[in-house]
Amino acid sequence: MGVVSDFLKALKVTARIMVGTMTGSELVTTPYPDEKRVKPQRFHGRHVLNRYPDGMEKCIGCELCAGVCPADCIYVRGKENDPHNPISPGERYGYVYEINMLRCIFCGLCVEACPTEAITMTHLFEFSTTNRADAVYTREELLMDREGRVPHMFPDDPLVDLSELDTADGWVRATAPSGIAAYEGVKMWQGTPGPADWSPEPTQEEIDRRSEDG
Amino acid sequence: MTWTELGIVALRVILTFGLLLVVTIINVWAERKIVADMQSRIGPSRAGPFGVLQTVADGLKLFFKESITPRKAELGLYTLAPFLAVIPAFLIFMMVPWGAPVTVGDEVVPLQGADLNIGLLFILAMSSMAVYAVVLAGWSSGSKYPLLGGVRATAQAISYEAAMGLAMVSVVVFTATQGDGGTLSLSEIVARQGGNWGDVAPIFSIVPRWNLVPQLVAFVIFLVAIVAETNRAPFDLVEAEQELVGGYHTEYSGMRFAMFFLAEYINIFSMSAIAATLFLGGWNGPTFDGALPGLVSAALPTVWFLLKTYVIVFIFFWLRATLPRLRYDQLMTLGWKGLIPAALAWIALSAVIFGFRQFGPPWS
Repeated sequence: MGVVSDFLKALKVTARIMVGTMTGSELVTTPYPDEKRVKPQRFHGRHVLNRYPDGMEKCIGCELCAGVCPADCIYVRGKENDPHNPISPGERYGYVYEINMLRCIFCGLCVEACPTEAITMTHLFEFSTTNRADAVYTREELLMDREGRVPHMFPDDPLVDLSELDTADGWVRATAPSGIAAYEGVKMWQGTPGPADWSPEPTQEEIDRRSEDG
Repeated sequence: MTWTELGIVALRVILTFGLLLVVTIINVWAERKIVADMQSRIGPSRAGPFGVLQTVADGLKLFFKESITPRKAELGLYTLAPFLAVIPAFLIFMMVPWGAPVTVGDEVVPLQGADLNIGLLFILAMSSMAVYAVVLAGWSSGSKYPLLGGVRATAQAISYEAAMGLAMVSVVVFTATQGDGGTLSLSEIVARQGGNWGDVAPIFSIVPRWNLVPQLVAFVIFLVAIVAETNRAPFDLVEAEQELVGGYHTEYSGMRFAMFFLAEYINIFSMSAIAATLFLGGWNGPTFDGALPGLVSAALPTVWFLLKTYVIVFIFFWLRATLPRLRYDQLMTLGWKGLIPAALAWIALSAVIFGFRQFGPPWS
């Protein structure tokens, strides 16, 4: 009677799990909108464009992120900085920056490719829209303001937890180059988006001067 | 027939109908909740307290959905099939007594939709009709997956209906020894299960006089057969999601799909109710001899009936959460080489045993 005893054994398993779930010990899911799980540190959520502490934009409009993107969802157009009133420390800045969230596969290659750590990913993952056009995040939505706050398209959405925008993944920290030897010991990465709390990166003239000196 | 009688009959039908609908709404929710618990999930929890109103929400949603008709569908049969599923499902439950007869004035009103003297036969006929719904839905959709589902339904339903009918026969044979002549009326079968088995041996006076005790084999066969008959897991080859998309109702949407869905859950409940009626004594149960207030003791038989039915309904859900689907050949083997021979042997055996008890040895 192997079949019958196996059958009874199986019934016992489901009954045990049922009692366990009712008492809470076997329950593995959470009622999502009411209760949110803490996401893993390297969670790939929506992107943000960061700034330097002095308010300069980190993006230099190099378009490496757009080039590396396997889903072809990033569109960047750089523009020459006004030398007297620069927007970024580089020669150019990201004049147009768009990410189509419908095409994005959240692989994080843009974050890896970025030479200035301008683009990072946060833990926010709720961005459903009612039309396709809204899913294209423009520069206005991606770029944080000078206080380090990131705008979001749907701040009133009950599901959206804006505090998740303050946590970025640690992927860049693990792979980011430490930079030039002159910056040894200087903190080059922080785990949160926003104005970095380290000194701004030098301008091209400064770098040239240092390498001439050094 | 006077107007009062007509009113009582209408009231009985409406009450039975209402009971069935309410119970079905609760059953759909209960299944989702129980299966969720068995899979370490929460299940529906948003609509109403504990998600009880989830079925209502889903029903409303389906009501407003478009009913799509495939281009290759046979329109007449395609439209007819959902009704063919729902109507027999409702009619089957009309036969089941869901409470003790109530005395209104000088009239005794049985609490069931209709007290036919051929109740069991009617149930068998209607459950055969329900198979047509599945077969015709599968065929008339003009699509390959529903067709496969329909073809499977023919084979499965026919083989398991035989086992179910044979299990019922042994109950009928046994019931004939319990009173004055044989009967197919469900109210009579329930009435003959009142009391206890004290007359067999004094020690059995604590065991209620349910058919379950002498007909345990038939009960097991019946239980397996009704699970297969209602196309429930592990016998849900007809709708096998992983193989056939949705089986016979793949092409149905909106209200038409809702009718198949409704029929399935009504069938679960009414088959469980029939099992409770035939084997677990129906509405019989402790009455506490007037120790309770009048209204409570009037509702008590219905409570016992629902309790017994829900034990079997729970087994349905439990099996679904536990067992993987049978392969087609395993299904046929279990039906034709297992259940039907066992049922036939049991009829012969129980007929000999209980005939012997009733009439004495044939040589006397």
